[in-house]
Amino acid sequence: MIELQDICRSFVVGDETVHALDHVTLDIAKGEYISIMGASGSGKSTLLNMLGLLDEPNSGSYQFQGKELTTLSEEKRAAFRRENIGFIFQSFHLIPRLTAAGNLELPLMLMGMSPAERRKRSTKVLADLGLSDRAHHLPKQLSGGQQQRVAIARAMILKPPMLLADEPTGNLDTHSGTEVVKILEALNVSGITLVVVTHDVALGRRAHRRIRMLDGKIVQDESSRSNESAT
Amino acid sequence: MRTADYAMLAFSSLRFSRLRTYLTALGIAVGIAAVVLLTALGGGAQDYMLGQFTQFGAHIIAVNPGKTTTMGVSGAVISNIRPLSLEDAEGLRRIPNVRSSVPVVQGNSPVEHGNRTRWTFVIGVNHEVPQTWKINVAQGRFLPNEKLEQARNLAVIGYKIKQELFPGRNPLGEFIRIGQERFRVIGVMESKGQVLGFDMDDIVYIPVYRAMSLYNRESLMEVDLLYAAGRDEKQIVERIKKYLIERHGGEDFTITSQTDILGTLGSILTILTAVVAGLGSISLLVGGVGIFTIMSIAVNERIKEIGLLRALGASKRQITLLFLFEAAVLSGLGGVAGMLTGLSIAWLMHFFIPALPVSVSWDYVLLAEIIAIATGMVAGLLPARKAASMAPVEALRSE
Ligand SMILES: Nc1ncnc2c1ncn2[C@@H]1O[C@H](COP(=O)(O)OP(=O)(O)O)[C@@H](O)[C@H]1O
Ligand SMILES: [Mg+2]
Repeated sequence: MIELQDICRSFVVGDETVHALDHVTLDIAKGEYISIMGASGSGKSTLLNMLGLLDEPNSGSYQFQGKELTTLSEEKRAAFRRENIGFIFQSFHLIPRLTAAGNLELPLMLMGMSPAERRKRSTKVLADLGLSDRAHHLPKQLSGGQQQRVAIARAMILKPPMLLADEPTGNLDTHSGTEVVKILEALNVSGITLVVVTHDVALGRRAHRRIRMLDGKIVQDESSRSNESAT
Repeated sequence: MRTADYAMLAFSSLRFSRLRTYLTALGIAVGIAAVVLLTALGGGAQDYMLGQFTQFGAHIIAVNPGKTTTMGVSGAVISNIRPLSLEDAEGLRRIPNVRSSVPVVQGNSPVEHGNRTRWTFVIGVNHEVPQTWKINVAQGRFLPNEKLEQARNLAVIGYKIKQELFPGRNPLGEFIRIGQERFRVIGVMESKGQVLGFDMDDIVYIPVYRAMSLYNRESLMEVDLLYAAGRDEKQIVERIKKYLIERHGGEDFTITSQTDILGTLGSILTILTAVVAGLGSISLLVGGVGIFTIMSIAVNERIKEIGLLRALGASKRQITLLFLFEAAVLSGLGGVAGMLTGLSIAWLMHFFIPALPVSVSWDYVLLAEIIAIATGMVAGLLPARKAASMAPVEALRSE
C-alpha cells in the first residue's frame, strides 16, 4: 500500500543540521500492525508525520497505492489526510471548547456534512465506545482514557484505511493504556493498517512487525508472525 | 464546510474567553454607539431645523433694509441707505408671480385689558399674513384689506394673549389698550407654539400703519413676499432686486430666500456629518487594532489546534475562514452592542428631554454595522493568514 524510498528530512537548528530521517526506505502492506520504537529524538514522530503527509521530505519518494504523493499541492495533501489517514496523539489533541460529540464530529464538519447526519454518526460511534453518557461533556470533564477513546473515534469516523498513533498510551495509566491498545488492535483486526510509535516495550512487542530507529535510520525491521494479510 | 459551522466554531471560542471577547467587542461598540448616537442627534437637529424653517412655507422671500455682507450688516456704513417703505411693499406686490406681500414693523409693548396687562410682541402687518405665514385665524377674522393710512384700530391676538387677558371669555369685540391707543379685537389666531424659539402665540397683530405711528417709525423692518409655488425662485429674486435697485438707486437691502437658509443649513450639517464620520472612523480604527491584537493572540494560543485541524484534513482556506469568521463575529457583536447602546441612549435622551429632537437614520446605522464587520475582517485577515500558513507539523509540535 505504501512505499517510502530514500526519504530524507533534516532540520536546521542554529548552525547545526539534524537529520531526523536519513535515507529511510520502507514498504507497508495493507492491514499491517507495525510498531516503531527507538530512543527519543531518533526520528519516530518525523517518520509518522511523513507517513501521514503532515510533513514533506527534503528528498525521496512516497507512493500510496502506486501514486506519487510528494508532488501534491498542500490543499490536495489536506484532502488526502482527511480521506486516508487517522491520527492519534499522545496528548489527545481534543479541542477544549467542544464537547466529546463536537470533537468527534470535527472531520465530518470539515467535509460539510449536515448536522443531523453528523449527530447520527457520532451518536452511534459514542455508543460503540461506551461513551454515550459523555457525549455532551467537555474534554476536561473526561478521564485521560476516555479522551483518547474520543480521539480514536474521531480519527476513525471517516473510516480511513490507515491509523497512525504517536505514543497513544504515553499519557495514560496502565489500565487505560491497555484499553486503548485493545481498541486499536480491534480496528487492525477489522482490516485497518495500524502504525504505533511507542516507548512501551510490552506494547511494541504486541505488533506483528517491529521497526527500530536510531539517528534517523531504520536499524531493525522484524516480523514475528507470517499471518498478517499482505493482500 | 458549512457557514453555520464556521459561525458555531467562532461563537464557541468567543464564549470560551468571555471577558476578552467583551473587552474587544467593546472597542468596536464604543465607535458604533458614538456614530449611531451622533447621527441620531444630528438627524434630529436637521429635521427640527428644516421643520422650523419651512414652517412659514418654502415659497417665501424676506426683504430687509441694509446690506448683509459676509462681514455682517454694514448698512450703517452706507450713508445714502434708503429705508423700506410701505410703497416698496406695495410695489413688490405687483411683481409677476408674487402672490402676497406683508410689510412688517415689530415692537414690544404692554397690552392691557381691564386690570390685566401682558408684555408682548406687537406686529404691524397687513391682511395677507394668513396666506403668507401659513397661520390661520381660529376665531373671528384677520385684519381686513383697508387702505393703509385709513386703517382702523383693529387687532388680532395670539392664542396666549387670549388666555392671559380674556380667561374663559370671548375676546371678540372687546377692546385692548396698546400704548395710548385702543384697539378692537376682531380675531384670535390658532395656536402654533414656538417657531425658532419665537412664541407665535404671544403676538398681537395690528395694521402696519398703526404700528408705525405707535413706534414712531417712518419705515418697515421687513417685507415678506410669497411667490407662486413651482416658479423659479432665482428669477423672482432677480426681479425683486431689479425693482428695488431702480427705486433706491443702489443695493441697500438684503433678500433672503428659503433656499439660502436651507443651503446654509445643509452645508453646516454636511460638516457635522463629516465630523461624526471622522470620530467614528477613529474609534473604529482603535477597535480594529484591538481585534487585530486579540486575533493574533488567539492564533498563537491555538497553534496546536490549528495543527490538529490540518491533520484532520482542514485546508488552508478553511483555517483562514475560521479565524476571519471569528473576527467578523467579534466585531459584528460589538457593532450590534454599540448600535443598541447608541439607540437606547438616544431614546433615553429623547424620553427625559422631549424637547431634544432625535432622529435615527437607519442608513447610517446599517452602514456603521457593515463597516464594523468589515473592520473586524480586515483586522483579522493578517492573523488568519498567519494561522493558515503554519506548517501542520510545526503547529502540532508547539508547546
Ligand atoms: N520541527 C523541527 N524543528 C527542528 N528540529 C526538529 C523538528 N522536528 C524534529 N526535530 C528534530 O529531529 C529529531 C527527530 O525528532 P522526532 O522525530 O520528534 O523524534 P522522536 O519522535 O523519535 O522522539 C530530533 O533531534 C528533533 O529535535
Ligand atoms: Mg516523538
